Amino acid sequence: MKEKIESILDKYNNDPSRLMDILLDIMENSGYVDEFSISVIAENLKLSVAQVKETISFYHFFSEKPMAKFNIYLNNSITSVIRGFKEVKETLEAEAGINFGSITEDGLIGLFETSCIGMNDQGPAAIINNKVFTNLTPYRVRKLIADIKEGKTIDELVYENHGDGNNSHPIMNSMVYNHIRKKSILLDDNYVKFDVIANDLKNISPQDVIQSIEDSNLRGRGGAGFPTGLKWKFGSRMPGKHRVIICNADEGEPGTFKDRVMLTQYSDLVFEGMVLAAYATKADIGVLYLRFEYKYMLDYLNSVLDEMRKNNYLGTNISGIEGFNFDIRIQLGAGAYVCGEESALIESMEGKRGEPRDKPPFPVEKGYLEYPTIVNNVETLASAVKIVKNGAKWYNSFGTKDSLGTKLLSVSGDCRFPGIYEVEWGTSIREVLEMAGANNVQAVQVGGPSGTLVNVKDIDNLSKTELMKWYKPSGMMTAQTAFDRKLSYSDLPTGGSIIIFNKDRDILREVVMNFMDFFIEESCGSCSTCRNLPRIMKEKLEKIISGHGVRDDIDDLLNWGKIIKLSRCGLGQTAANPILSSILNFRHLYEEHVKAMTDYDNQFDLSKSVSPANSFVGRKFIHNHS
Amino acid sequence: MSEEIKFKIDGKDIIAKNGQTIVEAARDNGVFIPTLCNFKGVKPKGSCRICSVKVNNRFMTSCTTPAAPGMEVYSDTKEISDLRKSIIELLFVSGNHFCPSCEKSGNCELQALAYKYQMMVPRFPYSFKKHGVISTGPKLLKEQDRCILCQRCMKTIKDEDGKRYYAFKDRGNKLEVVMDEEMSKTIPDELAKQAMENCPVGSIIYKEIGFAEPIGTRKYDKKSIGSEIETN
Repeated sequence: MKEKIESILDKYNNDPSRLMDILLDIMENSGYVDEFSISVIAENLKLSVAQVKETISFYHFFSEKPMAKFNIYLNNSITSVIRGFKEVKETLEAEAGINFGSITEDGLIGLFETSCIGMNDQGPAAIINNKVFTNLTPYRVRKLIADIKEGKTIDELVYENHGDGNNSHPIMNSMVYNHIRKKSILLDDNYVKFDVIANDLKNISPQDVIQSIEDSNLRGRGGAGFPTGLKWKFGSRMPGKHRVIICNADEGEPGTFKDRVMLTQYSDLVFEGMVLAAYATKADIGVLYLRFEYKYMLDYLNSVLDEMRKNNYLGTNISGIEGFNFDIRIQLGAGAYVCGEESALIESMEGKRGEPRDKPPFPVEKGYLEYPTIVNNVETLASAVKIVKNGAKWYNSFGTKDSLGTKLLSVSGDCRFPGIYEVEWGTSIREVLEMAGANNVQAVQVGGPSGTLVNVKDIDNLSKTELMKWYKPSGMMTAQTAFDRKLSYSDLPTGGSIIIFNKDRDILREVVMNFMDFFIEESCGSCSTCRNLPRIMKEKLEKIISGHGVRDDIDDLLNWGKIIKLSRCGLGQTAANPILSSILNFRHLYEEHVKAMTDYDNQFDLSKSVSPANSFVGRKFIHNHS
Repeated sequence: MSEEIKFKIDGKDIIAKNGQTIVEAARDNGVFIPTLCNFKGVKPKGSCRICSVKVNNRFMTSCTTPAAPGMEVYSDTKEISDLRKSIIELLFVSGNHFCPSCEKSGNCELQALAYKYQMMVPRFPYSFKKHGVISTGPKLLKEQDRCILCQRCMKTIKDEDGKRYYAFKDRGNKLEVVMDEEMSKTIPDELAKQAMENCPVGSIIYKEIGFAEPIGTRKYDKKSIGSEIETN
């Protein structure tokens, strides 16, 4: 036992900054990280036991307790909810005979919920022992549990064909589908693998690469939209013994799955983008930070990297360019949405809790192990290759004035064709809905829970009574224009998550509550604001939904939303957005719930409060309202 | 690199040493900016957010932001004061802070700031947490419901190898600061006392001796917090 742990520690040179990998290896090896392993790790890495546990307890997929033989992590995001999450969950509980959050007595099956796993177009989906199972129904999970009880192996549990494209690659063997519905300049088929590394780099200087990216006006595609050329320029100028390129593949914003498809089908393009970025900024260390939920791709992606090494597209003097040395390793995450924030991602890569850093200094100044570090999204890096190949001018011919080029949208929710759409910036919500085959739409969540809940009521087709509800100065405006709002940095910026809700959906009860639960679950807890306010605001929303709300409660929510803007990172600052955005665009739903004539409601429910006493003495509560 | 930096806080001229953060420069120039998680001598990690100020119309934590020439910082405005007050209230309702029965009353920075910002009834509902008290080792108690997760103990209480006695556990609103069980058994007396002293609230309590200094004669009983810094 001790030798095994020490051999793992040796593999990573007893380097505390590789604690993530050490813990991942131990999880893989024994299913959990037991007390003994923790004490050996602590001793060898010269940390206290509490410090090791500090990292373990941060990540969703690490455990200090024994796990089951089959651990079923069912995704609970809203897209899963509207496709039958509840029934699937209930069936799982009934068949396994346990509640979620526990393990069967014989240690065979464990049931757990998990935040978005990037399968919104084919949910409800679950991760079972690192394998993804999509399109779950009560029928299918009954079969799954029966098969597990029969003693089948994880591979034998897969009973349908593999998915399209590389999903069926023998190393990947996954039932996931790419669902690419619309291709444009990034996804088109005329990409020649590694052509830029093999043929173009030797004819273009690093400065010219950066200039080309700057001229293209490419902005970060993860959602924040920072100018990529500028980031590369800053990074290239920072002094440092090493320079680092990180590809951020930790997409965790509910409703986004484009990076999953990029890495499945276009990994060459993404890795080529990393090499290009390294060339431009003279970086020598490359890391792909892959979210744990996508672990099923790990071996495949490593095989692509091996192939690149064979062809000298990675390694020393890449493609014959003297002194251009660069290699890429893949760092797995362990389940934490906040690690998608670039500085939290770096903390995680250094073996720590994924807590965002204070800025300044920015990662380009002091990033991974204090080296200048450039963190780019998967899609950004891929786009950069196309820009260098075809020129900035070409790229500028797509999109709108303030938002150039194309954007990958991950479309899910109530529509006939969920999947990946590559659209030019400037595409309107109306067009997206038409493409996706969405009817009877009530709302569209643009940019995930941290984004905007757009009300797409078509004002021309409203009945009179409904129109009256909208007769609020702000509401009317929103309804009229929302349908034609455009995806762009000046109107509706987005990392690409588009979730569609039809008129049957209960926006407050289902959507907003689900999103708030997500932020409460995924906060790192470091800031006083983000740790506490989402819970308090959610409870206030519950009060309103339960019919105990008054007008002031809506104002309270709006005011408290300002406090959370003091948080350190983007997650914290936007953690109240589900509530704020729905008040702004669906205020009538709140107004319907609150008691207009009452100024004060302390939410005290006499019958509920005395019910334990009543049931104890066997007395029925007599409700007397008069 | 040792030249002076000139900038403004609320219109007042501030002269800072190169490399100083806003809050350090403010302190040297007689301007009080409240802090809770910040601690002299250790790397700041803006986690309590109470030192937030506005620079270029953006909120920044003054404990982590270096002073820069020509910077115009806003600190003592109506907006920011209310935000600070709301953070104090958040910290109060997210734990159980019953000052009259607390060993730290009068020496507690959270309590002192609540007075300073004139907190009456918090705008948020209380959560009535029940984490309880952990008795780790012979010297110290940790009252979890008073902990404001400022990380001061995590950053300052270490052994000679740099191992930390205190660490985080879990995340989000389940986050706690816990003490390493093994190390707590052998913590030197001086360090244990230091742990209690560095804790801005009454979460880390040194065992056996309590209320040695009577309430009413303690640090913030006599003078309000920040008065030692403020020049006017």
